[in-house]
Amino acid sequence: MPQDSAMQHFSATSWDENGQLEVLTFDIGGERLAIEAVNIREILDLLPETCVPGAPNIVSSVVNFRGKIIPIADLRVVFGMAAEVADHSGESAEGGSVSPAAADHRIVVIETELDSELIQIGLRADKVHEVAILDQRDSNEPPVLGIRWKREFVREFVRQPDCIIVLPDLQEIFRSMACAA
Amino acid sequence: MSGQDPAAAFRIEAGELLDTTEQALLDLTHRLDSRDLIDTVFRGMHTLKGSGAMFGFDALAGFTHHCESAFDRVRKGQVQATEELVAVTLSAMDHMRALVECNAGDLEAESAAILKRLQAALSASPAPVHDAGIAPSTSQLSGDHDGDELPGGPWNVHFRLPVEAMANGTNPLVLLDELRDLGATRVAAITQDIPALDQLDPMQCHMAWDIELPTTVARDAIEDVFIFVMDEMELVIERSEQTLPAEIDGAADAVTTENGSAVVPQLLPGSAEPAGNRPAKAASESVRVPAERLDLLMDRVGELVIVQSRLAQLASAGISGPTGELALRSISEEVERLANELRDTMMVLRMVPIASLFGRFRRLVHDLARETGKTIDLVTDGESTEIDKTVSERLADPIVHLIRNACDHGLETKDERLAAGKSPEGQIRLSARQTGGEVLIKIEDDGRGMDRERVRAKAEACGLVQAGQVLSDAELLQMIFEPGFSTAAQVTNLSGRGVGMDVVKRTIEGLRGQIDLTSEPGKGSIITLRIPLTLAIIDGLLVRVGCGNYVIPLSAVEECIELSLETDIRSRGRSMIQLRERLVPFLRLRELFSTGTRPDPFQKIVVITSGGERVGLVVDQIIGSHQTVIKSMSSLHRSIPSFSGATILGDGGVALILDVVQLVALGQNREERLRAAG
Repeated sequence: MPQDSAMQHFSATSWDENGQLEVLTFDIGGERLAIEAVNIREILDLLPETCVPGAPNIVSSVVNFRGKIIPIADLRVVFGMAAEVADHSGESAEGGSVSPAAADHRIVVIETELDSELIQIGLRADKVHEVAILDQRDSNEPPVLGIRWKREFVREFVRQPDCIIVLPDLQEIFRSMACAA
Repeated sequence: MSGQDPAAAFRIEAGELLDTTEQALLDLTHRLDSRDLIDTVFRGMHTLKGSGAMFGFDALAGFTHHCESAFDRVRKGQVQATEELVAVTLSAMDHMRALVECNAGDLEAESAAILKRLQAALSASPAPVHDAGIAPSTSQLSGDHDGDELPGGPWNVHFRLPVEAMANGTNPLVLLDELRDLGATRVAAITQDIPALDQLDPMQCHMAWDIELPTTVARDAIEDVFIFVMDEMELVIERSEQTLPAEIDGAADAVTTENGSAVVPQLLPGSAEPAGNRPAKAASESVRVPAERLDLLMDRVGELVIVQSRLAQLASAGISGPTGELALRSISEEVERLANELRDTMMVLRMVPIASLFGRFRRLVHDLARETGKTIDLVTDGESTEIDKTVSERLADPIVHLIRNACDHGLETKDERLAAGKSPEGQIRLSARQTGGEVLIKIEDDGRGMDRERVRAKAEACGLVQAGQVLSDAELLQMIFEPGFSTAAQVTNLSGRGVGMDVVKRTIEGLRGQIDLTSEPGKGSIITLRIPLTLAIIDGLLVRVGCGNYVIPLSAVEECIELSLETDIRSRGRSMIQLRERLVPFLRLRELFSTGTRPDPFQKIVVITSGGERVGLVVDQIIGSHQTVIKSMSSLHRSIPSFSGATILGDGGVALILDVVQLVALGQNREERLRAAG
């Protein structure tokens, strides 16, 4: 049964043969998310961002990442979380002092394939935790009820002693965004 | 090209060789009796065959050999060049290209088919006009034909070199060696003309030779041996009266051995097979660079090294005091100058003359003329205009399409032209020239011009415009660039499938270029492509809007004027300024980009132009000109129309590059709407 529903998702989670998965965990808007460690390129301190007028909300700005212009994605928008700190909205391009709450903020640069094109995207994270090993036995399909997000944006939930980790479906998220744009 | 795969080097060389040969062939269609052109074609094929065999392209060498022999006969006046022959040879050239690319056996069937056509064209060609003095055995012709590509023979070859041949550098031994390589079974020297010893000049050649060759050798192969001396020498190639037994039994051969001649039986096998087929591989891109440009680049690099050592010295000595600062500043200036010069030099290295691009179209027009039955003359102009290599490659397909369109739709048939009082010969004019940072490429035809009525009807049928909608002439003509649009009532082989013009437009815009169309009924159409010189770096005007920086391509900027506060307030309603007796609409970028900031007290208007239309862009501040290295945006942002890319500023920040074409279109649309409303 779980396998069947997993088929519905475009991108299935790639658990290894032992049912384990190495991920990087980080917080966004009070939720803990995880992304496969193999997709992580780099974790950066905040960079001066340049907002792109007319771009979809989720990727409203770009940064200079080692001479490449990469978009910065804010998953908060996808998961309908309140943009808690206002200083991301483009004005931060001017720099200025970083508020204490933002001291932990990072940009997680991931590399993913979108429409058979390898692209790098920076994800805003409120706090980056650690590289952890998840166990498939702890994972659940997203329930039909009880979540306010679009179900296809989440691949799986993984139960942990202190919290629930969300494995977002980035491909689906960016694809839906590219369609909307 | 050191260290390169020799096969790749050959492919490049062959490509160029085929190009020049093809050009000569195309010229030949107009001047069928030009000996120079026939010779050029022949030489091209000969070289191709030679180097092809050298690099192991056996299929190519074999195939080219037959074409070469055909042209050899034309060259010697045995047959006349005909249009049909040239046409077949052109398709043979295409086939050679294919062989150069893959060098495989699976094209054999096609090879055979083309060769058959070649033979047919040869036999259809009229009998020789000139007396074929050098090749007396005309009977040989028919022998070649019915044998298709089978060699004739066995052969008796008799040749005698002119007396002064050795002084001219001809070495008969080499010729004899070559004949032996062909498998000569018997070589006999005829020594009767050698004078007595006291009269003998050792530098003179008094000998003649009789050679017997087996059936397996083609006549052309024998002629090849003598290719460079043939014009001066005495050469008779005859089919031996003897049949096979003579070949096997060397002693019973009929060749008259003159008194005292040496008989050298030959046992050498045919030439060894060169290395096996190489795997088919796309020819890697390469650019030919004139050496002087490389020298220039080297100079700059040399200077850079010197500056670098100065900088290192300064760094170790420490920048203290005014002298240190001065030194640092001077180094900085030096580096800036060098960076600019390096950039320019580098850019020049990427430039290729557009002639290489135009060259391909002659063939296209030639084929189109044959296909449509129209007489079409292609005139090219400004072929020395240089253009970025990548741009040149990406322009090829769109221009092919435009030329097809012009030939198919634009030009009328001969009768229609005569009826319209024009010369029966249609003309396609292809010209290029450089203006500022752009290259203008024009494709003109003197045909019937665009039929507005039909364009309109078709646009309405496609739902692109509403019936009764008022369109300017330029707008109407732009309709042909819409996807799915085609006015050709009949779909022909050439065009009219309704795909193309939109693709052309997209390709041109993808190169950050523009496409303009003007057309006069009865006189013809002109399509102008404006292509930026290079893709990588542009001069830009850096401006600030709200708190974001943006780059406007400087080539599009016409002027900058101040928008005073009162004009700003007064023009709230209409967003127009008066500029030299013309109303120019303007866009407030602050509003367009919803920056949510207050306007600067001294806003500026940057007037940009695209395709003759002008639009003002209201910015908060003009920062200055900026060398802009264009970076593409990620696919997530590519669909946003206002920007064509982004660049990195000196402080590491990112500035977006405005897409002039899109913004002008936006501004013009607003103007139309305002006009319609008011």
